[in-house]
Amino acid sequence: MAYLLAGISAGGQYALIAIGYTMVYGILRLINFAHADVFMVAGLLMVYLTTSVPYYIAIPLVILITVLVAFTIEKCAYSPLREAPRMSVMISAIGVSYLLQNVALYVTGGQPQVYPQMEFFSRTVTIFGATTKMVTVITPLLVAVLVVALVFLINKTKIGMAMRASSVDFNTARLMGIRINSVISFTFIIGAVLAAIGSMLYFNNYPSVIPTSGSMPGLKAFVSAVVGGIGSIPGAVVGAFIIGICENLLKMLGLTPFSDAFTFALLIVILCVKPSGIFGEKKIDKV
Amino acid sequence: MEFLKKYKKQLEVVAAVLLLFVVIVIVDTLGNSVPRVIVSVLKKSCIYALIAVSLNLLNGFTGLFSLGQAGFMLIGAYTYAILTIPAGIREGVYYMYDGGALHFSVPLIVGLILAGVVPAIFAYLIGLPVLKLKSDYLAIATLGFAEIVRALIQWQGFAPVTNGSISLLKYPYFKKIWPFALVAGICILLIVLLLKSTYGRAFKAIRDDEISAEAMGINLAKHKQMSFVISSFFAGIGGALLAMYQTSLTATAFTSAMTYEILLIVVIGGIGSITGSVLGSFLFIACSEWWLRNLDSGKFLGISLPTVFRSGFRLVVFSVVIMVIVLFFRKGIMGERELDVDRIWNFFTKKIPAFVKSRFGKKTEGEKAE
Repeated sequence: MAYLLAGISAGGQYALIAIGYTMVYGILRLINFAHADVFMVAGLLMVYLTTSVPYYIAIPLVILITVLVAFTIEKCAYSPLREAPRMSVMISAIGVSYLLQNVALYVTGGQPQVYPQMEFFSRTVTIFGATTKMVTVITPLLVAVLVVALVFLINKTKIGMAMRASSVDFNTARLMGIRINSVISFTFIIGAVLAAIGSMLYFNNYPSVIPTSGSMPGLKAFVSAVVGGIGSIPGAVVGAFIIGICENLLKMLGLTPFSDAFTFALLIVILCVKPSGIFGEKKIDKV
Repeated sequence: MEFLKKYKKQLEVVAAVLLLFVVIVIVDTLGNSVPRVIVSVLKKSCIYALIAVSLNLLNGFTGLFSLGQAGFMLIGAYTYAILTIPAGIREGVYYMYDGGALHFSVPLIVGLILAGVVPAIFAYLIGLPVLKLKSDYLAIATLGFAEIVRALIQWQGFAPVTNGSISLLKYPYFKKIWPFALVAGICILLIVLLLKSTYGRAFKAIRDDEISAEAMGINLAKHKQMSFVISSFFAGIGGALLAMYQTSLTATAFTSAMTYEILLIVVIGGIGSITGSVLGSFLFIACSEWWLRNLDSGKFLGISLPTVFRSGFRLVVFSVVIMVIVLFFRKGIMGERELDVDRIWNFFTKKIPAFVKSRFGKKTEGEKAE
């Protein structure tokens, strides 16, 4: 039971990152390799901010600065390459990821930064006879609230409609008078907010943050997005929960080293059997 | 004379390679009087040149965006190290696992070849499902493969063979620079010859347009598979050379960041240019290991700012430079061209004088008008 709860919690954290991947991919057809590092930056910001200000100021500040970072990345590294081949944009994303990791390395001096333990999150609770941390219980609830809010935003508001239109057909959406650049910026901002919240939940279970600690959860979140069908938000959430739960069940069976390998094996199997994922739509290539 | 004219290009390339090799041999014979940093830069550059060219074969010439290079290098490096540790001292290396599972060792050269063959076999098996995927899915699947390899090699179950998370030591390695240059040179030459053959042209056709290439009768699956396997073969040898350079081997160093570095070298040199990749790796390694080293040590170009120029600043500057190249000089140094002595000669004898003249000329005209 404890493992199942841990799995659901991990799944929720992956889901928050995966939504960022899947939305950007849906519109730009770009794997935003830097997203995992934005997640890590949010973790580091939390470490540095909590040393000077209390939590209730630090948390909104972290979200705000993470949004600024993601916004700047989009403006500097992706928007000049809008007309370039997809490979160039992907290389640019890899470059940004390399840059963020190196900046983090410079700022931290290569020392692992101890993550602040929030008393409320770390409190132990007992549900269904399993003892666990508060954060494990909060995560799925918070994810559910955020996802419902997001789905509402996308289906019911004007900007949401613009986002859906852009993801169906980029150029036509532009012709219809949608300001594509602000839609893309908005997508990155939502992704960053969710990544910042995800990082607060994720790093609470880990003692410290290092410059590369974003890459593993980032890769897993990306795999979840692919498993669920990239471009689809419910798909990303379902995929993330599948991966989080399976991973922790493998840990329960004592196969810890395989839990990472399983994720990628699942990726390769899904890509070969049903590349469009569980909720994705099938695309046919035309000459 | 006829002969010289006909093979001018080839002769120039041979001359350039020989020149480079002579420089390396001279550095070697000078021995200890050469600063250590130059020796290590030359060694590492040769290795990275080979790996960058092998990645370029996939990314630049076949159009397969693969990010699995670190995984194949890791397999190559481990194959080499495991097979060549002398049987007598295995007890000492595998002290946790009663001397390990293997009780023989192979000569260095056999180990080096096997370091290519084993990753090639893995590439064949993984290529069967993965190569069906399109560009970015392929990238993420190969990246995932590299991560799986890294996780599995450190797994306790394989520890009698791979030594788990303990580093492998005491395998034979080259002490001089020239063997590194020789092995890398031969491998790059083989790749160049492959690219000049009909197979190479088929690869380029696939890169430019898959559907037309297929319509022209090129077997897509076969050629992609071939490019993938060959690239992994050379990446494996590159990995083995890297293991020799480091003289001790752990799996943790072969992260996705390593693949990214190699990809960035290819981009800096120019995607689709062999000489670009070679040039790119020499520049990349020289910058990161040597020219920008002072950025980390408190003093740079005579400016002393210990609070800014501290450990890690080099990499920040370096990655900013890379981002500038990626964003504003997307073609890299060479674009898709190869190094051409005539063009360089032209650049210095015609273009620069012409440029100076035009600037200078305008000025005088302007002065006249005033």
